Amino acid sequence: MFIKSYCHIKNNAILLNGELIFKGQQEHSFKEFIKLAYKDLETDYSKFFKMDNLSKLAFLGADVLLKQENVEPENEENIALVFSNNASSLDTDRKYQKSIEDNNNFYPSPAVFVYTLPNICMGEISIKHKLYSENSFFIFENFNPEYLYAYSEGLIKENKAEKVLCGWVNVDKEEYTAFLYLVTKEKGIMPHTIKEINSRF
Amino acid sequence: MEALKEELKNKIIEQLNLEDVSVDEIADSDPLFGEGLGLDSIDALELIVMLDKDYGIKLSDPKEGKKIFESIETMATYITANSSK
Repeated sequence: MFIKSYCHIKNNAILLNGELIFKGQQEHSFKEFIKLAYKDLETDYSKFFKMDNLSKLAFLGADVLLKQENVEPENEENIALVFSNNASSLDTDRKYQKSIEDNNNFYPSPAVFVYTLPNICMGEISIKHKLYSENSFFIFENFNPEYLYAYSEGLIKENKAEKVLCGWVNVDKEEYTAFLYLVTKEKGIMPHTIKEINSRF
Repeated sequence: MEALKEELKNKIIEQLNLEDVSVDEIADSDPLFGEGLGLDSIDALELIVMLDKDYGIKLSDPKEGKKIFESIETMATYITANSSK
């Protein structure tokens, strides 16, 4: 198996296969950065601004890779999604908690509540790209290339998926990191090995 | 009534995160759902919370929302007649 392409989003920058494709200003908040990146990369999805920060991060990272691979929604490709992080949906859970902690000001937001699970971000990606495929979201203390490697190899070998988009998407307040990569049987830019995954992270 | 309509437009844009939509672009009679502003079912729930929080109106039957949230015009009319704040 091979890694076809990979994407990093961190420190207000987006890199595709190690090449810078968007850079925000250092002083930008995550919200400002991701909005500018969305516009600059011509990401066309009207619901983007309704998403929580974790979904925005995962969605944009996935979109960069899937656009690069010319994945078209009408082709209904069998691309599994296997994501992981260590903060789960804590960033949004805190926002929701804030809206329900005062009994005298108890107005829970439905729009925030729907993002109080980390795997919702995969739903957003699946809707945009019409993926009806396997998806799993794992919570690890640290990035776990051994597990991601074994899981994605298994999905492809057992014909559960043709390709696997996997990696790490983590948001906690202003701290965020995304590292996503596409695993395929076709020849890619590097072999799919634990060592390669670890060295790119 | 005109001030309330303006206020509702601003609140809807801000609370429902309608990026790239300005107050001037929303006509009083524009449908809020479907082909108008394109709001969805979660937005409808947010509007119900907004009615309660900002105008002291509790909808006992969410189905009522369909008529109330038809447009800015219908929302403003309903709030004017029922607000307790």
